[in-house]
Amino acid sequence: MDPQEYQQLEQQITPPTPYVKNVLKAFLVGGLICTIGQAIMYLYIIFFDFTDKTAGNATTATMVFIAAVLTGLGIYRKLGAFAGAGSAVPVTGFSNAVVSAAIEGRTEGMVLGVGGNIFKLAGSVILFGVGSAFFVALIKLILVTAGVVKW
Amino acid sequence: MVILFTSKPSIIACGVAAGPLEQRSVFYSYFDSVAEDERWGQKSNEQGHSKMIQEACDIVMEKAKIKNLDVDFFLSGDLVNQMTPTNFAARELAISFIGLFSACATSVSSVIVASLLTELGASQYAIAGAASQHNAIERQFRYPINYGFQKPATAQWTVTAAGYALIGKHDPNLPSIVAGTVGKVVDYGEVNPLHMGGAMAPAAYDTITSHLKKRHQKITDYDLIMTGDLGKIGLKILKAMFAQSGEKQEDLEIFRDAGGEFYGEDEKFQAGASGAGCSASVFFSYIEQQLKTGRFKRVLLVATGALLSPLSYQQGETIPCTAHAIEITME
Repeated sequence: MDPQEYQQLEQQITPPTPYVKNVLKAFLVGGLICTIGQAIMYLYIIFFDFTDKTAGNATTATMVFIAAVLTGLGIYRKLGAFAGAGSAVPVTGFSNAVVSAAIEGRTEGMVLGVGGNIFKLAGSVILFGVGSAFFVALIKLILVTAGVVKW
Repeated sequence: MVILFTSKPSIIACGVAAGPLEQRSVFYSYFDSVAEDERWGQKSNEQGHSKMIQEACDIVMEKAKIKNLDVDFFLSGDLVNQMTPTNFAARELAISFIGLFSACATSVSSVIVASLLTELGASQYAIAGAASQHNAIERQFRYPINYGFQKPATAQWTVTAAGYALIGKHDPNLPSIVAGTVGKVVDYGEVNPLHMGGAMAPAAYDTITSHLKKRHQKITDYDLIMTGDLGKIGLKILKAMFAQSGEKQEDLEIFRDAGGEFYGEDEKFQAGASGAGCSASVFFSYIEQQLKTGRFKRVLLVATGALLSPLSYQQGETIPCTAHAIEITME
């Protein structure tokens, strides 16, 4: 059997990825996480001295904190195994990536272990997130300066 | 390469130490000890890994009623970088030690080397085997333990287990190793590290067919041909390869896979178990005991290993695999 024949055989036997099921699960869990975030945002606006614009940061911080606690308790891992992108894409997934890497590095001490590993998974998100934000802002600045759009 | 062991070295005693989650294994009742703490009371997973290896070796020596000074060689390996858990266990055991790396096929490659040393007359007693600790290995090869991500159906769960066998001179009342096949490295171009069964099945096929050809045997000459950790999907692929080569469908029942059966039908573990400790813990508990009771008279144990590193697949390399086999008989 040559490698090409083998790959055909392998593909026949390997179960296909259940994309529809995975997308549905991601949609439901991702939507649920965002709904919870929205509810927390309203709480900040109704019960505290926040506005539509300022409540965003407080909400994000709260969601990050909740996900960090759930990661420590080993619950977020289970959620991730079920939801896939649904729990990875919201900001809570970012928190999970940072905290799980930090926990893992704990045995090598605070500086080399936690410090050195904490952005192992999330580092690329920060790099490309900040990088793309810069270029988007730059494009908008050019368009505003040229008078095409307003701020 | 098939090696015939004319002196038929015997498996004198076996020891298996496993982690707490392995209580869910269908082979649980055959294990010698199951820890309550996956770190064996140590500070790190790697230290716990090392402690588990020591514990399994202590069980082996206790069963054989010998001490570390009576053992000539310790042949073992694991999957952590530079095999520190095994190296550190060897420091405590204070037995002449050679570290072996064949990934998850180390359980059998170590027994082949031990049998050769016994055949040569250089070793009266040699401890051979392999181990893996889930958390330490996941960290080595994949993501942090608490990182949430979705695994495909082909993914396998690295077991926390250490399996060791004491290889000594022939004893007609004990299972004996009559032949071994050192596998080639086979690569059919699989690139997905979450489909190890698919990557390793061709290596298992190559080793089994080489062994049978050299020994002038058919698959039905065996009571059992058991692969190490192809998983449920990998075993199906292996059976399909033998079906294509003209084996009868009913004869294919002779093939079983330790990893595929390890956690039963529990879907949490997807395609089944894997890891160096997977084949070691099943071969050196369940299989050895079934041979001793006479349920099996002749078995072929084929440990499979994927020889990749996280670096190699990130650099886009395919996954080279190997499989080593030992033929064990019970008179």
